[in-house]
Amino acid sequence: MPAAAAASGFEPPTIQDFFPAAVLFQGTPFALNRIMLIRLLVVALLVLWLWLGTRRMQLVPGRGQVITEFLLGFVRNNIAIETLGEQDGRRFMPVIMTMFFLTFGMNITGAIPGLQIAGSAVIGLPLVLAIIAWALFIYAGFKKLGWTYLKNALFLPGVPWPLYFLLTPLEILSTFIVRPITLTMRLLMNMVSGHLLLALVYAASSFFLFTLLPSGNLFGLIGVGTVAFGVLYLGFEIFVAALQAYVFAFLTAIYIQLAVAEEH
Amino acid sequence: MHIVGYLAALGFGIAAIGSGIGVGIIVGKTIESVARQPELQGRLTSLMFLGIALTEALCFIAIAIGFIPFPSP
Repeated sequence: MPAAAAASGFEPPTIQDFFPAAVLFQGTPFALNRIMLIRLLVVALLVLWLWLGTRRMQLVPGRGQVITEFLLGFVRNNIAIETLGEQDGRRFMPVIMTMFFLTFGMNITGAIPGLQIAGSAVIGLPLVLAIIAWALFIYAGFKKLGWTYLKNALFLPGVPWPLYFLLTPLEILSTFIVRPITLTMRLLMNMVSGHLLLALVYAASSFFLFTLLPSGNLFGLIGVGTVAFGVLYLGFEIFVAALQAYVFAFLTAIYIQLAVAEEH
Repeated sequence: MHIVGYLAALGFGIAAIGSGIGVGIIVGKTIESVARQPELQGRLTSLMFLGIALTEALCFIAIAIGFIPFPSP
């Protein structure tokens, strides 16, 4: 952790933060590093929360049940059903809900002091989720429309036919290649840049307040400003974690909706 | 004069101009629309976040390109 290591001098965060040394099962293919342990912890907590939170449902909900129902209802009504409609929304709700809560849980660890790195800050998790979303909207389109789906997706109606030589390659690129890449990159780079900035602010605060100021250098007072910015940025990170989870689930729903739409 | 640094940071700065303008237009137009029709605020807000997410993806691709290890001559 750069924040702890910086007590002696100013050590800005590097890209090595995302590839820490293995702590368990070194040398085997199942070597686990800090980030993998954080991911496993998040998954365990999510399973525990969803199991305990939905085990004893009551007609008059208690406080825990209200929070659980609010979050589940938000994803179901405001993301799945609002985008996909009543029938398809309920059909694809489990995947969209999994994506929302998994990305949110993985993102929020980037803002928790002590854990301090998002589970989605290494490419594996965003890539797997994006590939699932990509396979899902192609599957949904083929299931609903058969081969007409490819015709709808690749040949826009109402265009003079010579233009298809130009438009169809662009549609292939934008629908089947750019979509999964941007889904991955958006989530991954949000978390990477969030961690780098947060760690930079922490390292700078620790350098200014604990190294420069005790040695009598008045420039150490800048540390007050970096601490204030760090608190603001921590709040922003929490907001970004929730926003990215929302955007990921919402975009998956939109892509499915575009695939199952009758006309383009 | 001798300047030392990563060119990737400059590239990111240029990419940030574009997506900054784009996000600004999206948010500004959303505020305009909400001022005209306040009852549509919920729908417009989710559309705004969708537009922001699509626009700022370019910016994040620019960050990612900075981390690609190109062979140095």
